[in-house]
Order: sequence, then structure tokens, then C-alpha cells
Amino acid sequence: MFSLGSNGGKYTKPSFVSYVNPEQKGNDALQEKNPVFLPGEVVFCSASPVLKCTHDDLLEGSIMGTLFCTNFRISFVSDQVLLEDVVQPFRNRLYGENDIPLTCVDQIYGDYDEKRKLITNTQMKNKHPNGIIVHCKDLRVFQFSLKLAKEEAAKKIFQGIVRHSLEPKSLRCIFAFSYCENIAGAPETQNKPRTLMFENIVDWMEEMKRTKGNCKLLEINKDFTISQKVLFDRLPQFFFIPTNVLEKDLAAYQGKGVPIWCWSHHSGCALFKTASLPLVQEESFLRAQKLYMERMLNAVAHNYLYAVKAVDLSETLPSIQDIQQSYSRFKQNFLIDNIGEFWISDMKWFSTLETTRWLSIIRQCLHKAVEVVEYLEKENTNILLIEDGGTDLSCVISSLVQLMLDPHYRTLTGFQSLVQKEWVVGGHNFLERCNHLNNKDKESPVFLLFLECVWQLLQQHSLAFQFSETYLTVLSDSISVAIFSTFIFSSPYQRVSSMKTESQTHGSLLNIPSVWDWSLQFDCKSQEFLFNPLYREKSKQEKTRNKNQRPKPIRQLSLPNATPPKKYFFKEETESLRKMLRGTRISRWMHLSDSAQASVWEFYNAWQQKPLDYHGLLLPDLDGPAIRLWMQRYLRWIPEVQIFGGGDITLVNKITSLSQELEELRMELEQQVRQADPRCKSTETVNKSTIRMSCFFPFASCRSGSFKPAIPTSHCDGEMDMGHLAEREDEDTELTDNSVIRGCAD
Amino acid sequence: MEKSGSADSLGSKRSSSRQPSVDSLTSTNTTRSDRSAHLRSAVSPDAASARTDLGAEVLKESSRIAEGELQLLPRESVQDTASDVTYICPFLGAIRGSLTVTNYRLFFKCLDKDPAFVLDLPVGVISRVEKIGAISAQGEVSFGLVCKDIRNLRFAHRYQEGSLKKSIFELVNKFAFPVSNALRMFAFEYGQPFPENGWKVYDPLAEYKRQGLPNESWRITKANEHYDVCETYPATLVVPANIPDEELKRVAAFRAKGRIPVLSWIHPETQATVTRCSQPMVGVNGKRSKEDEKHLQAIMDANAQSHKLFIFDARPPVNAAANKMKGGGFESEDAYQNAELVFLDIHNIHVMRESLRKLKEVVYPNIEESHWLSNLESTHWLEHIKLILAGALRIADKVESGKTSVVVHCSDGWDRTAQLSSLAMLMLDGFYRTLRGFQVLVEKEWLSFGHRFQLRIGHGDRNHTDADRSPVFLQFIDCVWQMTRQFPAAFEFNEFFLITILDHLYSCLFGTFLCNSEQQRLEEDLPKRTVSLWSYINSQHEEFTNPLYVDYANHVLYPVVSMRHLELWVGYYIRWNPRMRPQEPLHQHYRELLAKRAELQRKVEELQREVAGRAAVAPPEKAGSPAGSPVQTCV
Repeated sequence: MFSLGSNGGKYTKPSFVSYVNPEQKGNDALQEKNPVFLPGEVVFCSASPVLKCTHDDLLEGSIMGTLFCTNFRISFVSDQVLLEDVVQPFRNRLYGENDIPLTCVDQIYGDYDEKRKLITNTQMKNKHPNGIIVHCKDLRVFQFSLKLAKEEAAKKIFQGIVRHSLEPKSLRCIFAFSYCENIAGAPETQNKPRTLMFENIVDWMEEMKRTKGNCKLLEINKDFTISQKVLFDRLPQFFFIPTNVLEKDLAAYQGKGVPIWCWSHHSGCALFKTASLPLVQEESFLRAQKLYMERMLNAVAHNYLYAVKAVDLSETLPSIQDIQQSYSRFKQNFLIDNIGEFWISDMKWFSTLETTRWLSIIRQCLHKAVEVVEYLEKENTNILLIEDGGTDLSCVISSLVQLMLDPHYRTLTGFQSLVQKEWVVGGHNFLERCNHLNNKDKESPVFLLFLECVWQLLQQHSLAFQFSETYLTVLSDSISVAIFSTFIFSSPYQRVSSMKTESQTHGSLLNIPSVWDWSLQFDCKSQEFLFNPLYREKSKQEKTRNKNQRPKPIRQLSLPNATPPKKYFFKEETESLRKMLRGTRISRWMHLSDSAQASVWEFYNAWQQKPLDYHGLLLPDLDGPAIRLWMQRYLRWIPEVQIFGGGDITLVNKITSLSQELEELRMELEQQVRQADPRCKSTETVNKSTIRMSCFFPFASCRSGSFKPAIPTSHCDGEMDMGHLAEREDEDTELTDNSVIRGCAD
Repeated sequence: MEKSGSADSLGSKRSSSRQPSVDSLTSTNTTRSDRSAHLRSAVSPDAASARTDLGAEVLKESSRIAEGELQLLPRESVQDTASDVTYICPFLGAIRGSLTVTNYRLFFKCLDKDPAFVLDLPVGVISRVEKIGAISAQGEVSFGLVCKDIRNLRFAHRYQEGSLKKSIFELVNKFAFPVSNALRMFAFEYGQPFPENGWKVYDPLAEYKRQGLPNESWRITKANEHYDVCETYPATLVVPANIPDEELKRVAAFRAKGRIPVLSWIHPETQATVTRCSQPMVGVNGKRSKEDEKHLQAIMDANAQSHKLFIFDARPPVNAAANKMKGGGFESEDAYQNAELVFLDIHNIHVMRESLRKLKEVVYPNIEESHWLSNLESTHWLEHIKLILAGALRIADKVESGKTSVVVHCSDGWDRTAQLSSLAMLMLDGFYRTLRGFQVLVEKEWLSFGHRFQLRIGHGDRNHTDADRSPVFLQFIDCVWQMTRQFPAAFEFNEFFLITILDHLYSCLFGTFLCNSEQQRLEEDLPKRTVSLWSYINSQHEEFTNPLYVDYANHVLYPVVSMRHLELWVGYYIRWNPRMRPQEPLHQHYRELLAKRAELQRKVEELQREVAGRAAVAPPEKAGSPAGSPVQTCV
């Protein structure tokens, strides 16, 4: 009955509609062990009994159960009820710890008679392996043994899993479509303050008003009329451009080169981004392009004080391919299925990390962002970010810049609005970059790179962010759960147009939920983990003070300007600007000068001297030791590195409970409830003290009672080259010399 | 130890508090101040100090101190001052100012800068003074000072060759190496009184009593009262009850330097023990000792829970075997039945010294950003830390989970053995994780059991190439720091405490770390003639206390010893770099919250009293819980 997925090779085109057959769910044989299905979820195939092996390959740790492959996930359902499930404080409603969403599968290895082979979709799948090892994009590793299952079932499940998780498919096969057809068109919960979705004019106007910018709103793409022309598909429905840019400029290079407003600094200068113009050889085209860019730069300059700086990101930052390559090397170090290998790799851990260059790419991005922040904050220069497509690294840099400069984006809803503005509506190609359709060639974890950078800021300034590390980790996981409209489209145009088609087919208005509706994934209790208990909200005092101190909102650091802006020299400045822009000198503007590094340092040092204002400018420390590994995300599933009863989480918990106590005391004072004693609550927690949480809480399970420490198994001592020193004795002067003062050099 | 004059930092706070003279000198003052000196060059004092962890209260007191004033300690005397010295700071560039040398410190200040730039360090941290190059065209001579605390200082000053007046750096050379120059160390001059006598922190009998000793299987012996069983061991020892004193001497003959197996720690429930000793004198011929075998058997028998004994040899097996050529070696499993020998692969003092030298190259003065991680790896420093922690972890695991007694030794049993036994005890026993407990641990496992501090540090000794120098104790403190990182609420002391210990390891201000053994310390009469570091620390313990401490008395801590969790101690090794911001905002935040809670609790209690006064019946009283009592939370 569930053979749809098993003869995968024969399908020419994946046909989604045929799967949706609610009757299929009522299979009696499987009923008792079925996973809890989501609306619209359909089983393709299953196999039983399958053994789920733990990490260290010990038979005692294996669990017997059934393996399913549905249109949403690969799911393992255990035969026995596990006690562990009871103490999970943080559960995802959409998938459990034994579920792998199909889009979350990174790589599958087949175990062929002790030989491990990477399964690629082109590979012959006729011979099914004894077991499969699944590496997930959220860094989990699963090992399933198919030895016990009947051969036919094993073959089917293997082929089904490979076909549905590795082979190219069409957009409509993404589970979100099937899901949204089967959920009631639940209106998005409008919590307050709400996340701006930037899908209507109101949100854009609100943002412009908030930042006090003065750019021109363009509505010509309201019905995506421009986007329908192939080359424009990245453009959002609504956007702001400098007042001096004309509507017809849009047409000149299919929207490329047009500065699109991102954010305005309180001084008046603003941040713009654009896609770079196509490469041309011919002299006349080149000249035309230069003139055009000059005009665009002029228009940006006109925004404030005639100062503009073009920052070409394609030239100074790693390419999309570099990022992808680096990340695939990097993540490999965390997908561990063998303890021996773990301890061997431990020896060269630091250099292994370094050779992936991932941390270095993070540093480069942060560095570039600080550079841009410096122009905006210190020199009040308008910035135009230029990048080939205009929707990858420019999104990273522009959002980082805004995060550093504007405390609003460090709140939870502010951050979500930022992601909407710069990434989702800003036209980042999530579909291809996340490789949801398994067409590998354009994959690159650009958004994850951004989250990595945010994490660096968060860990350096943990009091400045309303959201927690867990929030970032969960958000990074959500990228590969293909249920949210946020991460499955290549552009706003694609989203609107495909939803329109779907709705027409379905006969009613469909709506794929956004990832920001966290209640889809987590219950109220779990959602608390998304907030940072250390966040220092702006006190009322500060708020009122800032209100009174117009005109400039207090964002710290008004460094002494080397050349104070002279408002009355408009003409001269324009003249010099013209000169600067002419000819080849334009390229000079786009290059990172050698002194940029030094300048950024100086800027950082100057900032560091100031008292730190968590609601002001925030800069990252870029020194070697300061850029760190996002341990929670990458190490959370590895048993060897769980510190039970330790980690920063203990501090956070202590502070949280103290804050709660404070809150209770405050309430008590306000309400003057004399009966309630504040210390009743705290005695409750004392009992829990035997439970030891992992340092990666809330991701790894808790341990109670005794447990074994992880003791390194291999020393590989030979690799450590100590030279002749190692052979020496501790004391050359055995037994004889015990005096306090020893003689001079030997 | 650079220090800004108006002293916004930690140090100056201390300098203005109870013991002004002491504090202003502790080299740790300058930990932060170096940074602040840099910071403050462009900022108002208030702004700069607000950023340091201690916050506003620091300001008020410290601003009273005159800028850049040298505050002398009791019996400290100025030897000379040179006014035209340039300090070539690797972070700020050349700074001109005056240099003062006393019998305790080197003090450089530049008043041209606003605020004044001050560099203040005990001459004890200097391991080497060298003249660099010839006299320059401007008639200046360069001097380099290599310091034990991971920094080098460079000065230039005008100096005429052949003139009668000696260079001020010759004075530095004199006072930095009192031992080589037949002078008295400053610790013997300094007589600052403190409310508590730190020499009394460790009382062996009291500590053994705390552990439940003596008991039926273990006795306390005075056999070494005159240090004639083993001159590097303490006078009080705990040995198996059925081994008489005469036999101990025969066991001593079979153990290197007479360091017989004695008890360090006993598990309160299982009676499994950690015992320490030196290597057996097996030699190439595989010599045996009946008494030694009986002794180890007695150690095993003292623990009824297990019929096995684990012998942890800290060395790599190759080195242990090589020791046979010199009469040493390791226990053969034939001779010691029921004993299992495990090698822990920790390298010798020379390898460690070389590793630290490389580390210094990598972190001082500047860090090469792009190769930071591979450079760090190439020093092997963290790899050694990992091996030491892993060894201690295995010991703790055997004792706690295996309920088995262990014997720990290396070659002489005073370097790697001290590291392993003290770290294992720190994992096993919550007492040692308190401020005082840690002092007891250091006094017991390191000082009384004869870690050769004088030789390893080379106090006051000019001979900087001495092969006996090695950062063994620094490694131990680094391991402790790694544990505090992994269990931030399990230790009563804070990072500043650890840094202070290390700074005074070199300063020679206190007598604590002088000499090589208990015997020598008594011969020198140190407890009478010098001040203990613990006197100073315990007289202002709040400075060294971790506000987030939760007393998990019965918790055994198992740190994760994977490289994934080990990191370089930036707050110590890279503290001279002004760009390294100390990361303690959480503690500060917590302190603020505690203060707020105390205030609110006070208000609530006031209200309660008010109500109680009005109403006839008082509300149920949960009296007695003071505002500051720590709330136990789940771990």
C-alpha cells in the first residue's frame, strides 16, 4: 500500500497530489506504532523491525522499532516507551527527537558489509545496505540497522528515504504546501509588539518613520508587475529608494544598480544596498555603466550631506561558493558517529577548526560590518553596499550593521522584523541557498552565517539581546524544517505567486505559516527558552531621559570627527564629489584600503573606552580568542562533551531565579500581599538539585544520579613532538642538590 | 603592571581600602589597570571606570588618591629614580617618564599623559634583565625585562658609558635577584599586620580530622617529625594503621627521595583513598621490596569495597621505563598483585617549560588573528592541560565510581603527582572548592608535600636558564580555572583569586611560596619572619568571592577534558593586551540583582512588621533567613 516511495527510480516527475489521500492513514497494521502525524502528512513506506543504534555502537544502547518515511520526515518509532521522553523540558511540536524532516537530511551513508559509502542520488540503489547513517543539517546523527527487517521492506525503506530526501524535487513537493492545505487558515497570532512582515506599505512606512529617514517609496511593483519580468524577480513589493532616483532608472539595468534603502542612521545618513551591474567588456557599455553608477551614487550622496561610500562586498568578502565549501568542511567535524574518532580528532581540534576557515569567514563579515558602522556612525557617510546578486552578503552585512547600531533589532520582535526586511522580503534566495529541492549547485549557508555572526555578538554582549542563544539555535534548525514560508521561497514574488496558484487549485485562500509563529513549534513553557533572562530592558529612567534629549536619540559614541560635517559647503562638496567619481577613481572607492584594518581597530578601541551602553552602539571584539565556536549549536548532540551540572546555563539559571525572586518581591510590595512568603518558592527548587542539566540545555537530556565521565580513549602521544626534552629527567640533579640557591648556568 | 594614576580599576579600589599599602602593589591591580590606562587616555575617569566590573563604588574612593603617586609599603625604600626613561609599550608606543626602583618594585610613571600612565610591578616577577644593542645615536641604551608573568618590558634611557653614576637598570638587576646578590628578599622586610594570620589556615590534624582520620584503617604518624624519613615530606603523615613506623623507613629506602605512599584523601563513604608517593627504585634488575609491597597491599586492604588497587603513573610509559636506567622505574604487576598500573602520559618539566615559552611567543605582545588557533595548538599548552585534567579525572572516577583506592606517582612525586592529586581532590571534595578549602589544598598538596617552589620559580635567582624552572604550579592553577569555567557556580572563589595567587607566586612579597619544603620553611622561620598570602586574601575575601557560588558540597565534578571545552585563559595570559576586555559582566549583573533583592526583602520585612504591628496576629514568620543567603537552584 505504501509503495509509492519504494520504486523511486521509475518516477519521472514527482506528483504531489496523489499522495494526499487521507484514507491511507488508517492502516491498521501500523496504527499502534504510528508516529503522531501532522495535518497533511502521509506515510510513503515503513519497515520493521529496525534497530536504532546509539552513537557508540554498543548493542545495549540500541532500540528496536519501526522506521517510517513520510512526505515530511523520516521517523523512528520505538517499540518500548522510553522513560527519557518524560523529562524532556523542551520539545518541538512538529518533530520529535527521533524524527528527521526530509529537508533536514544532509547526507546519508550506507553500511555495506562494514564498508561505508556515501549515498548520492545518482547511485544505483538496487543493493540496499545493512544499515544507514543519516547526517542531519541540525547536526544530529542517526544510525539505523536494517538487518532485522525483511529484505523487501528494508529495500523499500532505503529507496524511499533516499528518493525523498536526496533526489531533486519540485517546489510543490515541499511539505509546507500539503501542510497548509490541511490546517485551518489560522490567523497569525498578532502579539504585541508584533513582528513587522514588510509585506504591506504600512510596515515600511512605520520603519521609515521609526528611523526618521527620508526616502521615496516605490509602489510600482505592488502587483509584482516588474517582478514578472524574469530579471526583476528579486525585488520586493514595496521598497524605498533615494529621492533622486527616478522610476525609469529601474528599467535601465533590470533593477540592478538601484540603491534600495535598508536603514537610516539618526544623523540622517543611510544604508542602501544594490546588485552590481552586469559585467561588460565593450568600452561604450562600460562608460554608460560608469555614468549610471555615478548617478546612483550621487543620488545616495544626496540623501545626506553629499557623502557617500560604495562598499563592494563581492570583492572583499568570500564568495558564496567559499562559504559553502568552508561550511561543509566545518560541519563535518561535528557529525560524529564514533567515539574513537572523536578522541583522535580532539588532538588536532584547533588546527582542524582553523583549516575549515569558517570562523575566519565569520570574522571577515563582522569586520566588514564594523567598517560600515564606522562610516555611518563616525563619519555620517551614506553607504551603498554592492554585491553581485545583491541578496546574499549584502543581507548579512546590512543586517549586522543594523544590529550593531540599532538596539531595536536586539529585541525579539525587532530581530524578526530585521530578518523579514533584509532577508525574506529583501529577496534572499532561501530556496536555493538552503537546497530544499536538492539541486546542490547553489547551496550556501548564507543565512546561517548571519546567525553565526549574531551569536558572536550575543556571546560577547549577553546583556544586550532580548533573545537567547537557544533562540538562534532553534531558528537555525527551523531553516531545514520545510513548513515555514519564511525559508522555502526564492523571493517574495515566488511566494505570492505560488500561493496564488495553490489557492486557486485548492479553492480557498491558503497561507503557509511563518516561522515567527513560535507556538507552532513550542508550547508556552518551551517558548520561554527563546528569551534571554539576562536581557537588560531599557529602564524607564533611560527612556524618559532619551525622550527629553532630542534631537539625537542617544546611541553612544559621538567620536570627535576629524572633519566635522559642514552643511554650508554643499556646492564645493558636490564639485569635489564629482571629481572623485569621475573615471577610474570610482573603483578606488570600492576597494578596501590597506588602512581599513587599522582604522577599524582604532574605531573599536575608541568605542571600548566608552562606558558600555547595552542600548547603544554595540561592536564585536574581533581578536582571535574572541571569535568562538557556537558550542550549543554544534556540540549539543555529542555525549562526550556534555558537562552535567555545569556550563554557563548554571549562571543563567541562577540569575533567572534571582530575577524571578526579585519580581515576586516587587509584586508583593506593590500588592502588599502579606501572607505570601517569597521564600516558599525557592525551597521548591532545592529538591531538584540532584538533577544535573547538560551545559547544552535545553537540548540535551538531564542526568540524575550517577553517571560516568567521558575519559579520552586515545592519546596518540607519538604525534606530540616534544623533541629531546621529553627524554630528559625532571631533575638532572637527582638526590644530591636540595639547597635553596642553585649555582649559575650549566 | 601598568596602572593609571587616578586608578579607576580594581587595584586602586583596594589600595584605598583597609590595607592601602599592600593593595596598591599587588600586581593584580595592574591587571585591569593596564587596560584602563589605555582606555582612559581619551576618556573621563568616570566613564572608564564605569566599564570595569566593579562599577561605581570604586570611583569615589579611588579618586582621592593622587595621580601616579608611588605608595610605599612598610619598610620599602626608594633606591633611585631616573627621570629620562622611555618605556616602549608594545600597545601604546614610546612613553617618556621617570623610573623609580625600590627594594620591592619598579615604578614607571609618565605625567605628560592625561591621565598619568603608570607601570608598577614587583621586581620579583622579573626573570631577566638584558641590555639590548649598543648605545644609540641619541646616547640611549635599551634594556629589556623578561617577566615571569607572560610579558616583556622594554625601556630606553640616556646613559653615559663610563660615568660614575650607574644605570638604574643595574639597580633593577640587583634588587630583582636578591638571592644571587646575597640580599634579603623583600618578604623578610615587609611586616604588614593583618587581622588574620594566614600561616594558621592549614592545620594538618584539623584537615585529617575533617576527613574522618584517623580511623580503624589509617593512623596519623609523627615518624617524620624530624624529617628523617623523608626531608621533603611534612611532619604529619597518614599511613595504613597496620604499618609500624620502623617499616616506613624500609619503604622509604625503596621509594625515590624517601617519598613513601601516604594518604592524601579518603572518600567519606566508600573509604577509597588517594595516596601519593614517588617512583619505586626498581632499577634495571627489577628490584623488589617486601615492605613496599606490603605497604601497598595495606592501602588496598584499608578499603573493603574493592579488591583492587590502581597505580597511576603520571609519566608516559617510555619515560617511566627509561627511569629504570637510573635506578627508578614503576611497579611490576607481578610484584604487586591486584594492582593495575596506568600511565597518564604527562610530560616532564622541561617539555612544560618549553610549551609555556612558545605560548608566550604566540600571545605577547600581539596575536596573529588569522592563525590564532593553529598557533595556539602548536604550543601544545592546552594539550598538556588536557592530559593533566584527564589524568585527574580518571583518578576521581576510579575513586568515586569504582570505589577503588588509587596510588599516584611520577618520578619524584612533587610535580605531576601534586597536580594530579590536588585536582582529583578538587573534583571529589566540595570543601576544596571554597575559598579557605582551596588554601588548605594548596598548603597541603603543594607546600607541605614539598613541591619545589624555589627551584621551579627561581625566586630572586638570576640564573634564568636554570633547567629546574618549570610552570608546574601555573598549570595546576590553569586546570583549576578550566574547571571553574565548566562549573561556574561550583567554586566559592573567582578568577581574580586565581590571578592573585599567581601574581604573588612571583612577587616575593609574601612568604607562602618561598623555599622548597616544609622543613626548609621552618628552618627559615618563615611563619614568624614573613606574612602569608592567605593573611592578605582572607582579610578582604569579598574581593575573591564568586557571587554565584552554590554550595554543592556532595557533588563530584567531572569536567569534560575534550579540547572542545578547553580554552586559553585569556584573563591571565593575554591580560596585558588592552584590547582584551575582562568578561565578568554576568557577575556584576548578579551582584546588582543581589543588592536589589536585599533591598526589596528589607522593604517587604518592614511592611510585614508594620502589618504585624497593626494586626493582632503576626503573619507566619519565616524569620532568620538573612537577605544574603544563597538560593539553592538545580544544577
